[in-house]
Amino acid sequence: MEYFVQQLINGVTLGSIYGLIAIGYTMVYGIIGMINFAHGDVFMVGSFTALLLFLLIGLTAASPLIVIVLAIVGVLIVAMALTAVWGWTIERLAYRPLRGSFRLAPLITAIGMSIVLSNMVQIAQGARVKNLPPDIKDRLSGGFQVMESNGFAAVVSYRQLIIVGVTIALMALFTWIITSTPLGRAQRACEQDRTMAALTGVDVDRTISLTFVIGAALAAVAGVMFLVYYGAIDFYIGFVAGIKAFTAAVLGGIGSLPGAMLGGLLIGLIEVFWAGYVGSEYKDVAAFSLLAIVLIFRPEGLLGRPEIEKV
Amino acid sequence: MTTADPGPVLEVEALGMRFGGLVAVDDLTFSAQRGEITALIGPNGAGKTTVFNCITGFYRPTSGQIQARHADGATYPLHAMPGHRICEEANVARTFQNIRLFAGMSLLENLLVAQHNKLMRASGYTIGGLLGLPSYARAERVAVDLAKHWLQRVGLLHRADDAAGDLPYGDQRRLEIARAMCTGPVLLCLDEPAAGLNPRESRELNRLLVSMRGENGLSIVLIEHDMGVVMEISDRIVVLDYGRKIAEGTPSEIRTNPAVIAAYLGVEDEEVEQVEQEIRR
Repeated sequence: MEYFVQQLINGVTLGSIYGLIAIGYTMVYGIIGMINFAHGDVFMVGSFTALLLFLLIGLTAASPLIVIVLAIVGVLIVAMALTAVWGWTIERLAYRPLRGSFRLAPLITAIGMSIVLSNMVQIAQGARVKNLPPDIKDRLSGGFQVMESNGFAAVVSYRQLIIVGVTIALMALFTWIITSTPLGRAQRACEQDRTMAALTGVDVDRTISLTFVIGAALAAVAGVMFLVYYGAIDFYIGFVAGIKAFTAAVLGGIGSLPGAMLGGLLIGLIEVFWAGYVGSEYKDVAAFSLLAIVLIFRPEGLLGRPEIEKV
Repeated sequence: MTTADPGPVLEVEALGMRFGGLVAVDDLTFSAQRGEITALIGPNGAGKTTVFNCITGFYRPTSGQIQARHADGATYPLHAMPGHRICEEANVARTFQNIRLFAGMSLLENLLVAQHNKLMRASGYTIGGLLGLPSYARAERVAVDLAKHWLQRVGLLHRADDAAGDLPYGDQRRLEIARAMCTGPVLLCLDEPAAGLNPRESRELNRLLVSMRGENGLSIVLIEHDMGVVMEISDRIVVLDYGRKIAEGTPSEIRTNPAVIAAYLGVEDEEVEQVEQEIRR
């Protein structure tokens, strides 16, 4: 039982990170109907930005806990801002000029952009795994014991608490933005009919830019969380996490925000449980198999709306 | 409107629109007077919707100029402005022949999207809205009130929270007009507002349009095939055929204009005189 609870906790944590990235995929798909394959690498850039910021701050083992917490909050905000600038720039330089050209053009550009970003980081930071300074990592270890028997304890670490807490807060904020602010209404209007949105006075280009900015900021949050959770990153994490998050978005129903959150959670849980009970070799196979099965029976994803074609 | 007459609200000058070899609109000049309903009529394929698309920034005209003029005398070159600025700055709004509502959003939300820029500014581009600033709450209240006012005018207040796509056809048409009105237009362009309406709905629409005319200086340009609607409510009529203007005048002038009758009956230009004589006889 304790083992099960422990895996559940781990799964929810991992799922939160996937969910945050998946929102970026699903929002961009919703508004301009393209898969932004560079999004995983934006997440990676966010993670590296956070690592550099942590090194800049230079915490030591003696820093009081409050300083560490403040440092994390500060890093989170700055990393979000900087990564958002990346998201904006990518859209402006690589995608906007291609808007209105044939369907595959932005997709191919996105793959190109993904390679550019990961190679850029590889050249600038090296191909080796980079670690969060041990001082910071040590200060963040520890947690609450949830239950214990036969010498095995299920523990929620502080890091996991931070990750799940921040994710829930951000998703609530984000849902509110989409449902009840002018920006959210404009995004939904653009999603349904971009031309008509422009004719009612919505600046479509700016709305799309803001969508990329929000997606990148959320990916940066996921990047910071990933860094704090695992303590080690390299230039390749964007690819793996990106593919997982994309799977999550499709599983939940691409274009649907609750779907992205649910999909992320499911992928995280499956991975962790498969690794915990069956073996970690085939955890990715399990996740992708589930995607295949769901798509066979519900092609629109779990929470997606089916596309109805009128004849 | 204390100053002298600022002139027509819309001036189209030598407008030309070509698609490859096809000349959809050719050297078209007309104007729409402030506070009036101007109808654009003509047989199918005469280029009416193309003219609308040029006015609202959907197409870039191949030649010519389109100018909107506000009551304060400010002019806006519509032929050279992007779509969202035509709505926001020049205050020209339009509806479509095939209805284009945001079907998945509620009626109220449809009308709030139309007030996007006002709300965006008031919310400090979302950040102020996040902080719950009172100025934003006030702006939102004003926007919701305006939306409700128009829902009431078009008789859809009781369905404010339903999805726009669930409305029956006639209601969707009126909602589209309400949405256009929520952008605060000086000039409203309606593309076949009566298409697909039954006689009762059509009469309601007439009443609505007549009540809107001149209200806050509103001018209306409409494309319509239903001659009953056109003759009843328009102040002036412009007739197009093959992308050219063949007649312009009041409903009674148009009704007896031989060129118009010829165009509608599909008579060749050379035979117009003959038709004219037949009518006179």
